[in-house]
Amino acid sequence: MMEFTDDQLLRYSRHIILPEVGGRGQEKILKAKVVIIGAGGLGCPVGYYLTAAGVGTLGLVDNDTVEMSNLQRQIAHSVNTIGMPKVESAARTFQALNPDVNVVQIQQRISKDNILDLIKDYDIVVDGSDNFPTRYLVNDACVMAGKPLVSGAILRFEGQVTTIVPGEGPCYRCLFEDPPPPGLVPSCQEAGVLGVLPGVIGGLQATEVLKLILGKGEVLKGQLLIYDALKTSFRKVKVPKNPSCAICGENPTITELADYDQGYCAMP
Amino acid sequence: MTADKAAETREARMEEIMPDKRINIKGLVCPYTFVKAKLAVEAMETGQVLEVLLDYEEAARSIPKSMEDHGQKVLKVEKINETDWVLQIRKEKE
Repeated sequence: MMEFTDDQLLRYSRHIILPEVGGRGQEKILKAKVVIIGAGGLGCPVGYYLTAAGVGTLGLVDNDTVEMSNLQRQIAHSVNTIGMPKVESAARTFQALNPDVNVVQIQQRISKDNILDLIKDYDIVVDGSDNFPTRYLVNDACVMAGKPLVSGAILRFEGQVTTIVPGEGPCYRCLFEDPPPPGLVPSCQEAGVLGVLPGVIGGLQATEVLKLILGKGEVLKGQLLIYDALKTSFRKVKVPKNPSCAICGENPTITELADYDQGYCAMP
Repeated sequence: MTADKAAETREARMEEIMPDKRINIKGLVCPYTFVKAKLAVEAMETGQVLEVLLDYEEAARSIPKSMEDHGQKVLKVEKINETDWVLQIRKEKE
């Protein structure tokens, strides 16, 4: 087992004293590599807590810059970083919290041509993206690469989380076969979101990531967790694996990645 | 000392368990006392015995309790002088 520095003993003591974590579990966390797609509403809390937990390498993928309208929910950014690439703004915040963590800034828009390369060096992928084309592309790439994926989504007062473990459970396409047509997706004016909602959903996603790293507890495999902030209610919906799923089924029809139309509103 | 008495003392000494590892955590307070003891136990083999020397009274109570909660066996909790305690813990499980 690794030797912890005095600072690490202090920083991670509340982890180490948990029987489910201990020194060995903390060592796993310190060696883990997690990539987060999107440094926005979900990516900020997920990255913030994984940084605090001591995840060794944290990849951040985002091509946007910080805007004033982000600050109602994207807690890693600030008025001082408006105009700055979100990956850089978030990396600064995370490094101030825990300099142990290697934050890798990937300022790129994800596409079918770069995604497999972007995720290949990581153990776990977190989807905090704000649009359906990216969500499906990330799902398909993770199924193809066999990478566990913790997927989260938020809209208005409702959020969803599920954990996809390729080869073991259903994927995002088993749940929703195809992206909805752009007309069905709320327009920017309609698509409000309660600022704290990504904190709840991102916190759940970070928890799923840590359980995957530790190999403890039960993750949301084959289950969609739905949070209703107005009612303060959580619902779990069972999601069966679809044997005829286009990507993870017995005879997949999707054998190479494709980019979907980008005619969607960017929200989280 | 009579022969009987000497035999008895020898016997008592035989029962003393020789620890496989000793740590000195004097000067540390909770929760670092337990963190240090727990990490030491994690690094040992099942069946081995850890001896802990400490001077934080609360930890002399809390470490044995936490160790038992974690499934380890507490063999000894002894105040050895005005300030110090010695604990012995046998590792029962990973």
